[in-house]
Amino acid sequence: MTYLTRSPISLDALLAEVASPECGGTCVFLGTVRSGPEEHGVTAIEYSAYEEMVEEELGRIVAELGERWSGARVSLRHRLGVIGVGEASIAIVAAAGHRAQAFEACRYVIEEVKRRVPVWKRELRADGTAVWVDPSGRPSVRLSDRPTHV
Amino acid sequence: MRLTSPSELSGTIRVRFFARYAELVGRTEAAVAVPLPATVGDVVQRVRAQLPGARDIPERPLAAVNLRHVKLDASVRDGDEVALLPPIAGG
Repeated sequence: MTYLTRSPISLDALLAEVASPECGGTCVFLGTVRSGPEEHGVTAIEYSAYEEMVEEELGRIVAELGERWSGARVSLRHRLGVIGVGEASIAIVAAAGHRAQAFEACRYVIEEVKRRVPVWKRELRADGTAVWVDPSGRPSVRLSDRPTHV
Repeated sequence: MRLTSPSELSGTIRVRFFARYAELVGRTEAAVAVPLPATVGDVVQRVRAQLPGARDIPERPLAAVNLRHVKLDASVRDGDEVALLPPIAGG
């Protein structure tokens, strides 16, 4: 399984991957490149990753999903490279028997991605500068909070 | 970076750098020799002391060994891959 791509993400393909007659709810999350007032004129974001670990870590997250929500199905892609404003950098599709589980599973995946999956972004700004994004000002995984993965 | 005493057990760790840390040290990986037993924290200490630019890597960065997140007191073995990870910003 490869969760990484350098091409635009096809939502149709992800939807097809999770389609099942046993699933009555499907939840889609798209993360898109933003350029609001607080982004200082971002024109694009360049994403890079520890690619081998991304594949492993996402595999672990997907496996956890099966333990938490029996019967839930998920597909996702994270895009790397330069991504323009408005384009999707990540897409997650979670399907389950009922909508509540689909929403919860989808939320779980994106939150775990944010905490654990080694991807970095560098904002490319209109003034020609480029800035590494540090969402927290400190390491974003606090292992003491996450004993099951140490 | 090899140890001078051949009788002392040592290991070579493949250290990988990403994103801003790779920019700081001007490379994406390095082979670092450490006396064993050693922890990830020992490896970080060596890297910060020996590689130009690595002083700006935090003393306690996020780290992984062989593709898994670990605490800095996790032990390392000869041949392990230790990754020093800047604050994660995916999604």
